[in-house]
Amino acid sequence: MTAAELAPARDKRRDLLTALATIVPSESLLASPEQTAPFECDGLAAFRQSPLAVVLPDTEDQVRRVLRVCHDLAVPLVARGAGTGLSGGAMPCAGGIVLSLAKLTRIHEIDPLACIARVQPGVRNLAVSEAAAPHGLYYAPDPSSQIACSIGGNVAENSGGVHCLKYGLTVHNVLGVRGYTIDGEPIAFGGAALDSPGLDLLALTIGSEGLLMVVTEVTLKLVPRPKLARVVMASFDDVVKAGNAVAAIIAAGIIPAGLEMMDRKATNAVEPFVRAGYDLTAEAILLAESDGTPDEVADEIAQLEQVVKAAGSTQCVVSQSEAERLRFWSGRKNAFPAAGRVSPDYYCMDGTIPRKHLGRVLGAIEDMEKKYNLRCMNVFHAGDGNLHPLILFDANQPGEWERADRFGADILELCVGLGGTITGEHGVGIEKINSMCVQFAPEEREAFFGVKRAFDAGGLLNPGKAIPTLARCAEYGKMHVHHGQLPFADIPRF
Amino acid sequence: MEPVLAQLRDRIVAAHAAKTPLRLRGGGTKDFYGEQLNGEILDTRAHAGIVDYEPSELVITARCGTALSQIDATLARHGQFLAFEPPAFGGDPTIGGVVAAGLSGPRRMSAGAARDFVLGASLLNARGELLHFGGQVMKNVAGFDVSRVLCGSLGILGLITQVSLKVLPRPRVQATLRFEFDGAGALERFNTWRAQPLPISATAWHAGIASVRLAGSPSAVRAARDTLGGETLDEARADDWWSSLRDQRLPLFRENARLWRLSLAATAPLDAAGADLIEWSGALRWLRSDGPAAEIRALAERAGGTAALWHGERNGPMFHPLTASNLALHRRLKNEFDPHAIFNRGRLISEL
Repeated sequence: MTAAELAPARDKRRDLLTALATIVPSESLLASPEQTAPFECDGLAAFRQSPLAVVLPDTEDQVRRVLRVCHDLAVPLVARGAGTGLSGGAMPCAGGIVLSLAKLTRIHEIDPLACIARVQPGVRNLAVSEAAAPHGLYYAPDPSSQIACSIGGNVAENSGGVHCLKYGLTVHNVLGVRGYTIDGEPIAFGGAALDSPGLDLLALTIGSEGLLMVVTEVTLKLVPRPKLARVVMASFDDVVKAGNAVAAIIAAGIIPAGLEMMDRKATNAVEPFVRAGYDLTAEAILLAESDGTPDEVADEIAQLEQVVKAAGSTQCVVSQSEAERLRFWSGRKNAFPAAGRVSPDYYCMDGTIPRKHLGRVLGAIEDMEKKYNLRCMNVFHAGDGNLHPLILFDANQPGEWERADRFGADILELCVGLGGTITGEHGVGIEKINSMCVQFAPEEREAFFGVKRAFDAGGLLNPGKAIPTLARCAEYGKMHVHHGQLPFADIPRF
Repeated sequence: MEPVLAQLRDRIVAAHAAKTPLRLRGGGTKDFYGEQLNGEILDTRAHAGIVDYEPSELVITARCGTALSQIDATLARHGQFLAFEPPAFGGDPTIGGVVAAGLSGPRRMSAGAARDFVLGASLLNARGELLHFGGQVMKNVAGFDVSRVLCGSLGILGLITQVSLKVLPRPRVQATLRFEFDGAGALERFNTWRAQPLPISATAWHAGIASVRLAGSPSAVRAARDTLGGETLDEARADDWWSSLRDQRLPLFRENARLWRLSLAATAPLDAAGADLIEWSGALRWLRSDGPAAEIRALAERAGGTAALWHGERNGPMFHPLTASNLALHRRLKNEFDPHAIFNRGRLISEL
C-alpha cells in the first residue's frame, strides 16, 4: 500500500475508535496490539488475525450502537462468545472489529413452570443447567466445552454434545432469539410460544455462524432432569463390530440418551489423564446411556447389555453409581485435552456420515495415517454418525501442519462422498471453507449468498466465513488437481 | 434429471420467464391453509417414491409426491414412525405438502415439530436449478439451514422435490388417561406435569375432559399411570380420539363460526375468552370467536404468542401479521429465491 492509500485507512480507524469510545467506557474498548492479541483466534489457534479493535459492551443498547457505527462506517464485525469454537468462526477479520459478548452474562429468567430460561448470550452453557437445577430442570445440549462455552456461541454454531441423539441439538432446544441486524434494527424470532407465523427464520439463524445477526437474548427450553441415568460401557476387539453394535441398538428400537465410541488410541490417551476405568486392550469401547425412571432404566440397561453382547462385545460394565457414571463420561469429555497431552498439537475433525459407513471410514483413516505419516485418534458421537478424528501433529516440525490440514480435508471429502457432511456441530468457520466447495455446488452456494444478502447486504457480519466465494472454490479446485499446498492467505470478502 | 422432475422444472422455467404464478399442490388436503391461492396448479404427485430408507439409520428419504400413507405404512413395518404426527386432514397428503406446511400433531409438545425432523431437502428454485440443502445425517451444520426454513414455507421459496426426515422407533406402550376438569384446572395440571419427568406424549382438553397420552417403556407408563390416576381409555377409543384431534375431525372444526388457532406461552392464564380446545400442554389453544380480529390478536400477543384465523369467514389475514423488520426480511428472502414471485404467490404472506 502506498502512503496515499494508507491515509484514508488511518482516518477510518480513527473515526471508528472515536465513535466506539462514545458508546462504551474506555476499559471496554481494546485497541492496542497487546490488548487485542488474546482475541486473534478462537479454539482453532492455527488461524489467526489481528483485529482493529475489540469492543466489550455490557448492555444491549451498546451492542445496537456498535452495530450502527460499523454499518455506517462499513467496518466488518465478528461477534464472539467464549472463544471456544473449533472452526475459526470467531477469528477476527482484517480491518474489522471483534464484538465480544462476554460481558452479557445475565440470566434474565428461569421459569420452572414454563420450562424456559431467558438468558443473555454470554451466559455459559453449564451455568443455565446450574441455575435450573433447583427446579429439577436442565438445558440438554452439552458440548464438551460446556463449562466455558457461551449460549450465544452455541446458537451461532448449532452446537451439539453427547446427548443430542435423544435430546437434540441447539436448534431443537432454542425457542427464540432476539437481537439486531447489522443496521442496528431490532429483530426477534420465535419466543415463548411453540410456533410463529412466516418463515422459520429462527432455524435459519441457529448455526448461521454470526453471518446474519447479533443475538442479545436467547429463550431456551429446559427439560425435567430424569430421575436416574446409568451407562453401559462395552468393549470390542474390532471397531467394525462396535459400529455394528451401534446399528443393532437403534434397530432394537432403543434411543439411548448418549451413544459414544472411542477407539483404542483415544482410550489409551485419556486413561492416564482421567482414570476413567477404560478397557485399554479393547480396540473400541462404546458408552451407551439410559435415563428415565428407575424401572425404565433397569429395563433399558438389560436390553442394551443383551444387544451389545449379541453384537460381540468382549466385556460389558454398567455404572453402579452417579459418581461412576460421571467417571465413565469424564474420559470421553476430556478426549480433546488428552490429545493435547500426548501430542504437541492436534487437529479435530467433525465430519458426519451415515452410521453404516463407520467401519469403512475408520479403515480409510488408518490408511491416511500411513499416507500422511501422522497419528490419528478417534472419538465419535456414534449414535449420530458424527466423527471427531483427532489428528496429532507438531506445528514446530516443518510441513506437519500442512500434512495435518490435507489429512483433515481428505477425511471430510470422504464423508461427503459417503453422503455425509463436512461438519456435524463445529461449524465451517474459516477452517472448512475450502471443503464447502466439495459439499455444495455453485448454485447452492449462491443461494446461501442470497440468504446472506437478505440479512446483511453489505457483507459486514463475519465476512469470509462459512460460505466460500466462487473464486475461492475455483482456486481450491485448481490446487486440488495439482495436489499443491493449500494457500493460507487472502480470505475473500463478500 | 429424471423425466418427471424435468417436466416440473420446465414448467417452472416457463413460469419464471412469463412471470406467471404457479400453485404447488400435492394431495390437496391443505387448500384451506394460507392467505391466498394463486396461479396454475403444478401437481407434484407424479414425482413420487421412497428413495432411501434403512431403519437403523433412522432416516427416510422420499420424493415430494410420495403419499404420507405410504411412508407411514413403510415405517410401521419396521416399528418406526414420524414422531411429529403430521395431520392428514382426512385425505392423503404428500410428504412434500407435509413439509411445506410444517404442521405437527398432538405429539409436537413432546417430540418436536415437523421442522425438528427435517434433515435435508432438495429444491427447484425459480431458475429451475435443483439445489440440495442439509443431507441424510443427524447432524449437519454446513451452510445455512435452508431445509428447515423450507419446512412451513408454504412453497414460497420454490418446489421442494425431495426430503430426508428423521424417524423414530414407535413407543413400546401407550396409554390414554382421562380426567374431568374445567379448562383452567386442565391447564394448571398440564403445566405442572410437563415440568416433571413423566412420559407424557400428548395432552388435550375439550368439553370438560382432559386427555393425557403416555408413551414409552412399559414400566415408565405403568409408573406414570399410578402417579397421575384418572380413567384409562381403551386403546381403540384412544386411537380414534387422538387421530380425530390430529386430523381436525372434531365437530369444532366443522362449524361455521370463526375458529382461531392461538399459539401461546403454555403457561399463559386462560383469558376471559377461554378456549374451546387446549393442546400441547397449553401452548396451542383453539377459540371460537366472532369478535374483532384485532382484539383476538392483541389477546394472543399479551399471552406471548400469535393468532391465526383457522377457518370461518375471513375478516382479515389468516396469519398473525409480522413486525415491519421481519416482513422486510421476508421480502428480501423471497426476492432472492423467487424474484418474480411465481411460487405460491400470496399464500404465506399476501404481499409476497
